[in-house]
Amino acid sequence: MPQPEKRARRHTIAVLVDNEAGVLARVIGLFSGRGYNIESLTVAETDPSNYRSRITIVTSGTPMVIEQIKAQLGRLVPVHKVRDLTTEGALVERELALIKVAGKGEPRVESLRIADIFRARVVDSTNDSFVFELTGSSEKLNAFVELMKPLGLVDVSRTGIVAISRGADAL
Amino acid sequence: MTGAEMIIRALLDQGVDVVFGYPGGAVLPIYDAIFGQNKLRHILVRHEQGAVHAAEGYARSTGKVGVVLVTSGPGATNAVTGLTDALMDSIPIVCITGQVATHLIGNDAFQEADTTGITRPCTKHNYLIKRADDVARVVHEAFYVSRSGRPGPVVIDMPKDIQMAKGKYVGPEKVVHRTYQPRVKGDSAAIERAVKLIADAKKPVFYAGGGVINSGPAASKRLIELARLTGVPVTNTLMGLGGFPGSDPQFIGMLGMHGTYEANLAMHDCDVMVCIGARFDDRITGRLDAFSPKSKKIHIDIDPSSINKNVSVDVPIVGDVGSVLEDMIAIWKRDGLSADKNALKAWWKKIDEWRGRDCLRYEQTDSTIKPQYAIERLYAMTKDRETFITTEVGQHQMWAAQFYKFESPNHWMTSGGLGTMGYGMPAAIGVQLAHPDALVVDIAGEASILMCIQELSTAVQYSLPIKIFILNNEYMGMVRQWQELLHGGRYSESYSAALPDFVKLAEAFHAKGLRASRPEDVDGLIEEMLNTDGPVVADIMVDPTENCFPMIPSGSAHNEMILGAADVNRREVSDAGKALV
Repeated sequence: MPQPEKRARRHTIAVLVDNEAGVLARVIGLFSGRGYNIESLTVAETDPSNYRSRITIVTSGTPMVIEQIKAQLGRLVPVHKVRDLTTEGALVERELALIKVAGKGEPRVESLRIADIFRARVVDSTNDSFVFELTGSSEKLNAFVELMKPLGLVDVSRTGIVAISRGADAL
Repeated sequence: MTGAEMIIRALLDQGVDVVFGYPGGAVLPIYDAIFGQNKLRHILVRHEQGAVHAAEGYARSTGKVGVVLVTSGPGATNAVTGLTDALMDSIPIVCITGQVATHLIGNDAFQEADTTGITRPCTKHNYLIKRADDVARVVHEAFYVSRSGRPGPVVIDMPKDIQMAKGKYVGPEKVVHRTYQPRVKGDSAAIERAVKLIADAKKPVFYAGGGVINSGPAASKRLIELARLTGVPVTNTLMGLGGFPGSDPQFIGMLGMHGTYEANLAMHDCDVMVCIGARFDDRITGRLDAFSPKSKKIHIDIDPSSINKNVSVDVPIVGDVGSVLEDMIAIWKRDGLSADKNALKAWWKKIDEWRGRDCLRYEQTDSTIKPQYAIERLYAMTKDRETFITTEVGQHQMWAAQFYKFESPNHWMTSGGLGTMGYGMPAAIGVQLAHPDALVVDIAGEASILMCIQELSTAVQYSLPIKIFILNNEYMGMVRQWQELLHGGRYSESYSAALPDFVKLAEAFHAKGLRASRPEDVDGLIEEMLNTDGPVVADIMVDPTENCFPMIPSGSAHNEMILGAADVNRREVSDAGKALV
């Protein structure tokens, strides 16, 4: 018997659900109840006329666990579709962060210079603080947050990953 | 119509004839609607757990959806054990729970509980109705979800103000589910591959589970037909008993922890295993890395999440067991296939050698009743009439599974997945209501029966002639057996102290009580039990030290079975094994 792959890998899973009360609790409860890992989860209504929401979950597991996660998600009654974007061709992943940096003088100017390099936008400003908006891969956001730490980082809010497949096909 | 009236109308339109329930403040409008009609029969239980188990017995013995009606708060929380039981054993149940009025939800109102929150992980799906216009649609959807695909329990939480509000009724024909469309037909290429594997097999085995029962009686007939065509030995899981005739020469007994020697060794040594509506549960597989190491595995299941969950399989087939078996038979006939006769002959010879070990052997003495003997006598004296057997959970359950032979599906009701003590008597009540003229026996233990003993009152109220057949060994026998095996015989809290006098207890409930203490009294007791019109509690004083064998100790493989008490001392159970339940 071929030995199944034992290494855990990171997968981005897209789930299309009926936007009914409790649907998110069902998904989260499934992950906690069965001991699966959630690295990131985002959800919003994407098709209001059909009451559809899209959930993007980043999780990790062996191929057997990932297959279970997909099957378990698929069997929730309000779930329309489950797709493993990681294994089904190329994908685009993005995350948005709002990052607050407080300070005066040289660090304040330095944070603005770095923000420019990262193409972060200033969405709020006071005499002693900025709020930057930054979009990109999680790694890019991590790098920016690291750079802001010595410059007066006070608060970070991140959306978690949203993802979509490349090419013309819908989910 | 009011919400409450629409509930009744929708239940009737779904073909429901009986509801198991218990009234309370938050369901009074529905009870008032029940009062105003006479088509829907309500059975008043004594505890909400009993209501769900009764509905399970009804559902399991008829193939229909069982219906439960309970109040908010404690009514709903008491139902949780039954709902979990139904989820684990794939029993179709619709449970309507009352809820406090919508404007009170979240305010910690009297008898308020977050029922949809509590029951989310223990139901297939649940609903909280917030508009009277949704009532009919939700009820029809709930029935559809409950019985379709892999069946399961569905809860409808119904606030009291919605029960009283007026809304528009729609019939079941107008309700189509937006998302839930389970796959019934199996992938034909996979089925072709599976049939080819079976035809080429030298040592095949069919491992059939509760999916055969859930698929309906036709699936069972097709399983028999495929077994005949191929000559393959068939073993059943605990939930699958009756899916293949128990006295058939091709039947090699139940498999798993307390399964037969021949069934477990056949599973271990086979070269092609066909899992038909079962789920490779830990009671079946034993130690996973030593589970049937040499076989190609085919798995037919309507639930995709059952496939490759515990065991990787070579040919997965997602679909309804009955439909897939039908396709397999058609392909076998179309291609004029035949099994490898010589190989099968050698395989059966091996199986017959294993059978020769007579693994269910026990020694009946003159002085004490062996529990196995009591069940063998019960079987001998009831097999020629229509008999349904329910059980509680423990040693008696395993002995019942080993010694009572089931010839057809839907006649065996037991709590397999959850292992719920207290299941058997309420389940028997549900079975008896669905089959008023049949004999319904709950094979029980003295500890389990006390967990839902209050339902005896229900049986008496409705003159349901169920027979409670207690194998009284004065121990929580399975707990004691494990304490012997794993904990040096330290019987921590497993002795059934201060037992009631079951004969007097029966009489206190206005039922009949009987007792047998000696082997020669067993037949007489059974005869009297069968000749009594009403409910009977039979207290059979059995050997308190008898243990349930054969047994695969936890953490062991199929070929490491303990065959009897003499075998136990040779075995050391590893710490990893002890950690398994």
